[in-house]
Amino acid sequence: MSGDHVTLGGVVKRFPARANGHAVHALGPIDLTIRKGEFFAIVGPSGCGKSTLLELIAGLLPVSEGRIEFEGRPIAHEIPDGIGVVFQEDACFPWLTVRDNVAFGLRKASLDGAERTKRVDDAISMMGLSEFGNAYPAQLSGGMRQRVCIARTLVAQPRLILLDEPFGALDQQTRLLMGDEVLRLWRETAATVFLITHALDEAAMLADRIAVMSARPGKVIDLVETDWPRERDSRIVEREAFGAITSRLWKRLRDESMKTMGRAAVS
Amino acid sequence: MRKVTLVQVGIVTGLVLLLEALCLAGVIDKITMPPPHRIVVDFVRLMIAGKLWPEIGKSMGNVLIAFVIAYVLGILIGTVLHGYKGVRDTLDPLFATYYAIPVFAFYPLFIVMFGLGDGPQVLIGILLGVVAVIVTTLNGLDRVPQVLRKTARIARLTPLQTALRVTLPFCAPYLLSAAKLALAYAFIGVIGSEFIMAKNGMGYEIGYAYTNFDNATMYPLILLILLFSIVMNGVLTRWEKLLLARRGMA
Repeated sequence: MSGDHVTLGGVVKRFPARANGHAVHALGPIDLTIRKGEFFAIVGPSGCGKSTLLELIAGLLPVSEGRIEFEGRPIAHEIPDGIGVVFQEDACFPWLTVRDNVAFGLRKASLDGAERTKRVDDAISMMGLSEFGNAYPAQLSGGMRQRVCIARTLVAQPRLILLDEPFGALDQQTRLLMGDEVLRLWRETAATVFLITHALDEAAMLADRIAVMSARPGKVIDLVETDWPRERDSRIVEREAFGAITSRLWKRLRDESMKTMGRAAVS
Repeated sequence: MRKVTLVQVGIVTGLVLLLEALCLAGVIDKITMPPPHRIVVDFVRLMIAGKLWPEIGKSMGNVLIAFVIAYVLGILIGTVLHGYKGVRDTLDPLFATYYAIPVFAFYPLFIVMFGLGDGPQVLIGILLGVVAVIVTTLNGLDRVPQVLRKTARIARLTPLQTALRVTLPFCAPYLLSAAKLALAYAFIGVIGSEFIMAKNGMGYEIGYAYTNFDNATMYPLILLILLFSIVMNGVLTRWEKLLLARRGMA
């Protein structure tokens, strides 16, 4: 690991008032640095602006105040090259086969035919989808469809991978196994990974560092270093330190989640 | 054959047989309608004689032109309108009430403007179909999941690339429904206009045969229009089912 990959300085996001509504102060101010090559996770109560933060970093939304830099260049109104995103929702294109879905990630890259085919094949086999290249997403399980989306992200060889609760819709067993997959990919690609999750155990198992966010407007209220070795997998949940980390996260989050629930009860 | 298909074929066959019996028994007199078997014989005779092929070709050509223009224009307008909410909101009442307007009432006006040629007939076909295509395109585009649009943005596609590679392909089943509507309206517009006022075409020939009690021409032509319409609709429906099956929706 070396150097800063993404830096956020005084980042604030407000959504303007809609008809019959109020302006929403969704996020910030947030100051945060994500190091090159690290696995960084964000946990927070629902509605705290985690996904908004991811969209700001991806360049999908403009910041209201502050500054975000990726590899030393500011992100403003445009999607930077070198960033890949895996969303929680099923983002497979239902009219394309698995192979074409994955190849979609290369649309903009200027590669010759042989290199394209090789990259697509590699990404498909890396995600264990080799037998399903000609299948349509509707023929696959939810977990497999999510793997197609990950393969589509990987094929572009991003230097920063943003994961927005990518396993949210999967069952617990599949989630643990997908966690192993993501850890393996993180090691093999040497990319920086930024994971948004509401699952404390997932964050504790996967990340090098975990930022805990407050209830809306989301701010970073704790930053936890896990000190896990780079070579790790889901069996890390058996370690004593794992329990200590998840309980620290929960301690910080409990009050914040209560605030969110209280607000939901009032509104 | 599936059970439903068998029932459907059975109903149609039953109705044709009933019509045949009613005609043969004299309940429906010969001047009103010849028995279906006679229509088929006349149909074969008319097709072999080939005298009406130019008329058929002319009408079908106009139907095709009206369909293609209404379809392409409708998708273009729908796609552009989808990006301009204000304009769309302004036009929505027009779309909602459009089919209450009797487009055929403008046909004489179009003849005055463009003469008694193919233009006004094609125009009626376009005017009838285009709004159905616009509305169906908008309907499909409304259903494109946000996450697919975001994926397109992450892949750094331009708005045109996004439309061609993401949003319109997602809407393909809707666009096929729109094609069926545009085709039906093109038939109605062109053949209907020929009925009212024209120098040639299938509609004109049917009207001419009608005023001359020429059932041996009128019914085979009606049968031909039915066949064209059913076959084209059938092809589009099959295609639509294939697309939906791929998406696990059939």
